[in-house]
Amino acid sequence: MMKVVYTGEMDPRLCKSVLGETIPALAEKDADVIYLDADLMSCIGTAKWAKANPGRAINCGIAEANMVGVACGLASAGFKPIVHTFGPFASRRCYDQAFLSGGYAKNDVTIIGTDPGVTATMNGGTHMPFEDVALYRALPGATVIDVTDPTMLISVLGQCVNRPGVKYIRVGRKQYAKVYEEGSDLPIGKAVTLREGSDIAIFACGIMVHEAMQAAGTLAAEGIQAAVIDMFTIKPLDVEAVEAWAKKCGAVLVAENHNKFGGLWSAVSEVLAQKRPVPAGYVAVEDEFGEVGPQGYLQERFGLTAAHIVEQAKSIIAKKS
Amino acid sequence: MMEAAKKKELQALAVRIRMAALEAIHSLGSGHLGGAMSIADVLAVLYGKEMKYNAADPKWPERDKLVCSKGHAGPAVYGTLAVKGFFPYEELKTLNRPGTRLPSHCDRNKTPGVDMTTGSLGQGTSLACGMALGEKLRGRDARVFLIVGDGESNEGQVWEALAFASAKKLDNLVVLLDWNKRQLDGWTEDVYPMGDYVAKLEAFGFDTVKVNGNDVEAVADALERTRQAAGKPHAVILDTVKGAGIQEVADTAMNHSLPVSDEQFERWTAQLKSELAALEG
Ligand SMILES: Cc1ncc(C[n+]2csc(CCOP(=O)(O)OP(=O)(O)O)c2C)c(N)n1
Ligand SMILES: [Mg+2]
Repeated sequence: MMKVVYTGEMDPRLCKSVLGETIPALAEKDADVIYLDADLMSCIGTAKWAKANPGRAINCGIAEANMVGVACGLASAGFKPIVHTFGPFASRRCYDQAFLSGGYAKNDVTIIGTDPGVTATMNGGTHMPFEDVALYRALPGATVIDVTDPTMLISVLGQCVNRPGVKYIRVGRKQYAKVYEEGSDLPIGKAVTLREGSDIAIFACGIMVHEAMQAAGTLAAEGIQAAVIDMFTIKPLDVEAVEAWAKKCGAVLVAENHNKFGGLWSAVSEVLAQKRPVPAGYVAVEDEFGEVGPQGYLQERFGLTAAHIVEQAKSIIAKKS
Repeated sequence: MMEAAKKKELQALAVRIRMAALEAIHSLGSGHLGGAMSIADVLAVLYGKEMKYNAADPKWPERDKLVCSKGHAGPAVYGTLAVKGFFPYEELKTLNRPGTRLPSHCDRNKTPGVDMTTGSLGQGTSLACGMALGEKLRGRDARVFLIVGDGESNEGQVWEALAFASAKKLDNLVVLLDWNKRQLDGWTEDVYPMGDYVAKLEAFGFDTVKVNGNDVEAVADALERTRQAAGKPHAVILDTVKGAGIQEVADTAMNHSLPVSDEQFERWTAQLKSELAALEG
């Protein structure tokens, strides 16, 4: 079952609470699921459950590279590890371990990196990954997901524990706009059409899905029909969806809370270049480091708002012959 | 033994640092209060006595350098620098605001007086080693002071850096380990016990002492001792309380990051002010 129920309203659930419920639930359902964290259990509400279940939840201290290595070792013993820390530490800090001890050695692990991109807000530049997707995309066989809403988080986590390879899930800990009806299944690798359109196809992921939907509304009021496609699976990319929408609309815009290098824009461009070159552009971070501030400020600062999408969409459409 | 007047001066500076850090964090509404408070006393000794620096010329090459590797304690460092005149005191209220020079974690490119960028725990330790080696290679007698969190010391990089410091005989490096016994998820003994730091640092080849890190006199004595180039790096294990100086914060078990209400801010500031009045007469 899958149903789109987007109205622009926030889903009342905080993703940290959803993580705090879903990880224990997965572990209780499957005795092989084991959860590892690096001194951030209290940030996603798993601390209490972890204390009561010391054999199922391992606090690895502030030592992320070791944690991922340990998780990979546990995977070789038949466990299905779910690893969590903040995005920069779940990607840059432990990348070689995820790459070799995980991917190369074929030890399957699920890695959750919280507070991707501008959602790191008050923790500032040191904690603001705009490159985590790029890193994990370059890991052979990896799955890379930028979560759209709490319902999706539950759905993809359940799939990831039983999926081969290294799985990287980036998700903010706060609220998201509600896009999917509770209980919806979102098959990994399958793009979801949120809004039909014929003038331009907007591929978005993560917090940018909501911005894209808002932008599409604004564009429609001006007579421009923009399709919005939720590309939450950045790898493996739904190549057919990219091709089909490029063919239908003849113009493509990608919106992502990530550096323009190596993320969804890169992934979509690779498909367009090979299969169906059409005018295309992006709303993404212009190869910059993060900085501190509230999310609204940061979205303005890095050009990640609905207004930026509207402006870009028009300039791309103007290039259609 | 320190002169009574000097001791009072350092104690007063520590109180001022606490007030300043509290003000910055309150202006935002919440922040890393516990780990900022535990290092107020060592910062007072560093900037009130031990380090050579020039607030009017923060980049003076001959200065001693500080790396606060537990970068989330930025507000305590900013409080110290503001009190010492590196930038206007009022600027403390811009903590984490859009476009600020005072981000939550220390940033050498933003804040006058901040010598190194930190925030990803562990990384400051290697940076400090490189800085200390650099001073030696440049023929300067400047020293590098490195504040490391006890939780931070879970990171393997910390121990790689310590091994490096020892292997390269970096006796101009002083490691100040803030043993406040708590990390983000709670007590280090529950989360990730690290054992005996004195034994560990000694085994790594450090000249090591353990002192009450919330006692300026004890810290000053320990730092005095590190001035002798011993042919090996120095370590001072600071036995501290996370939240020290504000009893209610210290008494809050999970005090890594806390909201600060207006009422708390006023009450705690009043307490600190009266401590200051008693010290400064
Ligand atoms: C590499 C890395 N992992 C995780 C974090 C998130 N984090 C920030 S502070 C902290 C706890 C630090 O504990 P400790 O070093 O003991 O600091 P203190 O008690 O002095 O605040 C954690 C886990 C981080 N900043 N960097
Ligand atoms: Mg600590």
